[in-house]
Amino acid sequence: MDQEEKIRPVHQLNPNTWVDLYADYLYNYAISRVNNEELAKDLVQETFFAGLNSAKNFKGSASERTWLVAILKRKVIDHYRKINSKKGKAEVRMNYKLDEEEGSWLEEQIADPLSQTENDQIENEELGLAIHECISKLPTKQAKVFAMKTIHGMSTEDICNELSINPSNLWVLVFRARSSLMGCLNENWFAV
Amino acid sequence: MITCEEAQTICSKNQYKETSWQERFSLRFHLLMCKACAKFSKKNTQLTGLCEEASLHALTDTEKTEIKKTLSRDS
Repeated sequence: MDQEEKIRPVHQLNPNTWVDLYADYLYNYAISRVNNEELAKDLVQETFFAGLNSAKNFKGSASERTWLVAILKRKVIDHYRKINSKKGKAEVRMNYKLDEEEGSWLEEQIADPLSQTENDQIENEELGLAIHECISKLPTKQAKVFAMKTIHGMSTEDICNELSINPSNLWVLVFRARSSLMGCLNENWFAV
Repeated sequence: MITCEEAQTICSKNQYKETSWQERFSLRFHLLMCKACAKFSKKNTQLTGLCEEASLHALTDTEKTEIKKTLSRDS
């Protein structure tokens, strides 16, 4: 912490808050790129490690989150490099099954960058990150309850037991979280 | 007649389909009377849709605590 305080840039690093503030954001970012929850979790952890180790290189020109995302990007690239070199460069894998899909496999292998599904995926990813950015601005308890209820789909009873609150507390927290999210999420996401 | 805050809390509860029919009834009635809450309710329902669309992922508390532990141990 001492060394960071000497820099006094526009943005500062505060590693103690990283996990609470950015873990879910980075996790969503990673999942949409590696499509594997366990791996995504590892990449997030590695990102934090790398961040801690190179904290002295942080110049403060970008926000903490942007900086961490940049590290995560490298981690994702490194991951794909690693599996590619394991596979051998000449090998191209195609999931080509000998059934009714025969003949259409070639078309499926060629990604059309303008295809609708791909655009939807990009949009959903942006939306997911926007929501997580807003969740990270909520008071901790609200964020926690909202995530447990909405993302993990936990039962009201389980959440109440875990956080030792009663159901009406829970619903007030959910209501407050949802109101703030509605205010925080860009109007563009809401259809008029 | 329920208050606006009650209506909005029930409305949020309703997003998770955990309201009783009495609650839904009083919410409906309130929404007919109150434009502000009707607007809130519409947006709240849209938020539910957005959250589904985004297929959100989050680490559990236990996973986060684990990461914190590993970070403080190994750094």
